[in-house]
Amino acid sequence: MSAPVLTISNLTAHYGDFQALFGVDLTLEQGQALAVIGANGAGKSTLMRAITGILPSPRDAITLNGRAIGHLSAPEVLEAGISMVPEGRKLFPSLSVEENLLIGAHARTGNGYWTLERLYDLFPILRERRHNPGTALSGGQQQMVAIGRALMSNPTVLLCDEISLGLAPVVIRDIYATFPKIRESGASVIVVEQDIGQALRIADHVCCMMEGRITLSGAPTDLSRDAIHNAYFGVSA
Amino acid sequence: MIWVDTIVQGVLLGGLYALFAAGLSLVFGIMRLVNLAHGDLIVLAAFVILTMAGALGLHPFVAVLIAAPVMFAVGWLLQTYVLNRVLGDDILPPLLVTFGLSVVIQNGLLEGFSADSQKLSAGPIEAASIKLGPIAVGVMPLLTLVSAIVVIFALNQLFYRTKLGRAFRATSDDAVTAGLMGIRPRNVFAIATGIAMVVATIAALYLGIRANFDPTIGPARLIYAFQAVIIGGLGSLWGTLAGGIVIGVAQGLGAAINPEWQILAGHIAFVLVLLIRPRGLFPRAND
Repeated sequence: MSAPVLTISNLTAHYGDFQALFGVDLTLEQGQALAVIGANGAGKSTLMRAITGILPSPRDAITLNGRAIGHLSAPEVLEAGISMVPEGRKLFPSLSVEENLLIGAHARTGNGYWTLERLYDLFPILRERRHNPGTALSGGQQQMVAIGRALMSNPTVLLCDEISLGLAPVVIRDIYATFPKIRESGASVIVVEQDIGQALRIADHVCCMMEGRITLSGAPTDLSRDAIHNAYFGVSA
Repeated sequence: MIWVDTIVQGVLLGGLYALFAAGLSLVFGIMRLVNLAHGDLIVLAAFVILTMAGALGLHPFVAVLIAAPVMFAVGWLLQTYVLNRVLGDDILPPLLVTFGLSVVIQNGLLEGFSADSQKLSAGPIEAASIKLGPIAVGVMPLLTLVSAIVVIFALNQLFYRTKLGRAFRATSDDAVTAGLMGIRPRNVFAIATGIAMVVATIAALYLGIRANFDPTIGPARLIYAFQAVIIGGLGSLWGTLAGGIVIGVAQGLGAAINPEWQILAGHIAFVLVLLIRPRGLFPRAND
């Protein structure tokens, strides 16, 4: 078993008085793809927001390669090596496709695996559309830009929040087909999904969340359909 | 021919209004902040140039090179320690704070420089003119318009050709997502206000050479700047130049009919443009 890249210990998160996460524990190993599944409102996106520093967390609740990062702001978390593909893509409408990709490298200080050329090789359609406004593309192409933008920082950990949301199945399949190449670059990946089937296909490890807690964790091959169904919906199949 | 001359003079005057407005447009475009102290900050910059020129015996065009970085620092500090604290979903706190700042600057300048009118002396160039066919054009008004075009061109290059400009636009679109890209929106805002103050200093140079100024004239400059920004389309820099020229020409035509109508004609032009094109002449596509 390789060393953990990202460790989350007893993580709690609040929106004002409302507690959204209750003592979440999670470990991501080097090169691993971890899927976090759960129904709407289970706390998946809150977990992503806490990891990326959008929501404040206790200092030692999140460590990246042994460094406590729970207290860091979003730009500091990005600089530490975690980038995110946000739910809904959130491309910048004022920026072209290429500028949206370049803004992902805003905080980058050195060279790294991901360059514009490598991203255009990964998503060739973006090379043709490089001068178009980012938001003028189709949903699937926008998602490619959002993934490419997150990769441009050469992250140690890539977080993907609901990337299949609102996309046609064939588009989702094409996007997930690029994940082996993304993992080859050395990035560990956390995928948050409501699409259980898709998540189980690409993940080495699955965590199921319900009501702000992790209710099931294990390798997809070790988990029965009933166990996942039970953890996902909170009822027996 | 007098009407052609009037329009040309109005266009040149529009350059000054565009300079007043460019900083306001920049700040509004990036952080949706309406800085009610913008006119007073232009007047403050004029007093900084006056002080530098007087204390060091410099020509105003040289003194402005020292005043500009000073005003950049003023803008950066103002944004970092005051305005960033009140920016948010509610637009009222920044309006109240900048209104208060306007009062503080006016009274501070009255305390420091009295209510006496001041002027920046640029020497013989103030009276120099060149002949363009049958029309005589003042060198200073021409220099003002050329400076406005250069400033707006430079700001556009900054916006659309540089990494900082990308950060400006991304932050303007979505500050939270910009943070996920490693951009620190508060730093971006501070730099933007610093740059706006440099532009305000250039405006102050031409304001102070063109006419007398005193600590209380800021609010009127704010109104001209605000009208130019609205006419041009919120956040559009070239639109701001067009807006300044519309006001300048309207004022020139108004004055040609009756000198008492000069200021009123500018306000009427503003209202007419708003009635015909409520989002201004060149609104940004994603506003």
